[in-house]
Amino acid sequence: MTDIPARPAVRAADFKVPWIRLAPWLYTIGLFVVWEVAVRLSGLPHTVLPAPSRIFQAIVQYWGPISRNSVQTLYTTLLGFGLAVVAGLGIGLFIGWSKTIYAGLYPLMIGFNAIPKVALVPILVIWFGIGTVPAVLTAFLISFFPIVVNVATGLATIEPETEDVLRALGAKKLDIMLKVGIPRSMPYFFGSLKVAITLAFVGSVVSETVASNNGLGQMMSQAQSQFNVPLVFAGLLALAVEGIAMYAVMAWIEKRSTGWAHRSTMGN
Amino acid sequence: MSLVSIDNVDMRYGGAGGTLAVQGLDMKVNKGEFVAVVGPSGCGKSTLMKLVTGLHIPQQGTVIVANEHVTKPVSIVGMAFQNPTMLPWRTTLDNILLPLEIVERHRHRLRANKAEYVAKAEALLATVGLKGFGDKFPWQLSGGMQQRANLCRALIHEPELLMLDEPFGALDAFTREELWCVIRDLHAARGTTIMLVTHDLRESVFLADRIFVMSARPGRVIAEHRVEFARPRDLAIMYEPAFNDKVQQLRAQIAEARVTA
Ligand SMILES: Nc1ncnc2c1ncn2[C@@H]1O[C@H](COP(=O)(O)OP(=O)(O)OP(=O)(O)O)[C@@H](O)[C@H]1O
Ligand SMILES: [Mg+2]
Repeated sequence: MTDIPARPAVRAADFKVPWIRLAPWLYTIGLFVVWEVAVRLSGLPHTVLPAPSRIFQAIVQYWGPISRNSVQTLYTTLLGFGLAVVAGLGIGLFIGWSKTIYAGLYPLMIGFNAIPKVALVPILVIWFGIGTVPAVLTAFLISFFPIVVNVATGLATIEPETEDVLRALGAKKLDIMLKVGIPRSMPYFFGSLKVAITLAFVGSVVSETVASNNGLGQMMSQAQSQFNVPLVFAGLLALAVEGIAMYAVMAWIEKRSTGWAHRSTMGN
Repeated sequence: MSLVSIDNVDMRYGGAGGTLAVQGLDMKVNKGEFVAVVGPSGCGKSTLMKLVTGLHIPQQGTVIVANEHVTKPVSIVGMAFQNPTMLPWRTTLDNILLPLEIVERHRHRLRANKAEYVAKAEALLATVGLKGFGDKFPWQLSGGMQQRANLCRALIHEPELLMLDEPFGALDAFTREELWCVIRDLHAARGTTIMLVTHDLRESVFLADRIFVMSARPGRVIAEHRVEFARPRDLAIMYEPAFNDKVQQLRAQIAEARVTA
């Protein structure tokens, strides 16, 4: 009598499908299936909207240039992003250091961020010529802002009580920054990396499209001028894959480095 | 000789047109004494604590601590606030050791004498009933346990003057009485001077040698009570008539101070 209810429970556990884990894959496959079916039924020419099967065909056909340009784009993006991390952390700490600096530089930063970065590419080309450098710098310029803002916010929002406890012990500004400000702003910093890496891709591809002889952006704009629409989409797909992969890496780093900030999800 | 001497102090927040928190405040605390400060809510008790620790500098009057004019944060104090401000990325033990990383006297010795300090922190944890919880993070502790840890942090650098701002506010009655005894024994053993702000009149009568009653804002001292019960005091004195008389007397005064506001 007692073991009867236990059996179905064991069964259910055995056959339990990890739906949440599978969901991203299933949805992606679903999107491609719907896309394929829609293109076939509507009879759209592949110069307008190629079906996924046509795109995969293009990927196989142009595997050499796609992989070469993907590596190039990943390289410029990561370089720009790396610069953004270093500069963003430094400037963020500098801005968050004092209320006066924060007040003075914040409007400047907002103004700078409002400039469309594509408008800067011609200037960068004048300074550095066509190629990798403008792409790296565009990726840098577009992605360092969220890092700066997040680090500065983490520093500027220290609880006054915490600060009082330390000040009452004779802590200097530097002590408060080292013991509280910087550790406290780390979750903000790592959180901003996810936003920054996707923006960095936008920056490098925009620059490559406008002024480069390398990279996915340049490859797509060239394919477009030859009406090779499947190759354009193949480039987009490659970008999406790189973007998702780097986002996942950043999310993993965030989780690993600031576990205390995710305490509610740690099952304690 | 008084350790703390507050003389005709005015403190206003937020510039000339701001809130006048305390006005004409006078208070003297002797070395080794245990004083409690009670009064209506918002009357400036926390402000008084911040004036004594040097976190705020008054616009008028003088605050003298250990024969020195207070013009910047005072180094001989330990402070525990009502809400425990533990840092979530440090373990409880590391939180308690934090003052040692800052106080001049200890910060240069900390690295070389780490084991000695850790042993001391663990002994303190044991006195407040948190033995073995040092390696837990603060957010893994209950509210009451965090309060206890908070108390340990205020004590680790052996301050001459301990400032407690409603440190037992969020605790249940039993834990509170337990911690009263911890504080009482600490005061007896070390002779630390203690200033305690509280809303609990029984707490003030049980622990203090002298009790200051403050008026409604702008706060000043309107009455001073000497508590004559012999030390060491037992929790049982709270059931004596003389104890209840004292509590009633304080209650009446605060009720009156609230009405006249
Ligand atoms: N940082 C601040 N800025 C402006 N006004 C303040 C500030 N801190 C306190 N005040 C004001 O000063 C007065 C006294 O505040 P304080 O915190 O000292 O009261 P309290 O006696 O500790 O009250 P409670 O018993 O509720 O804790 C209050 O009217 C409050 O509004
Ligand atoms: Mg208060």
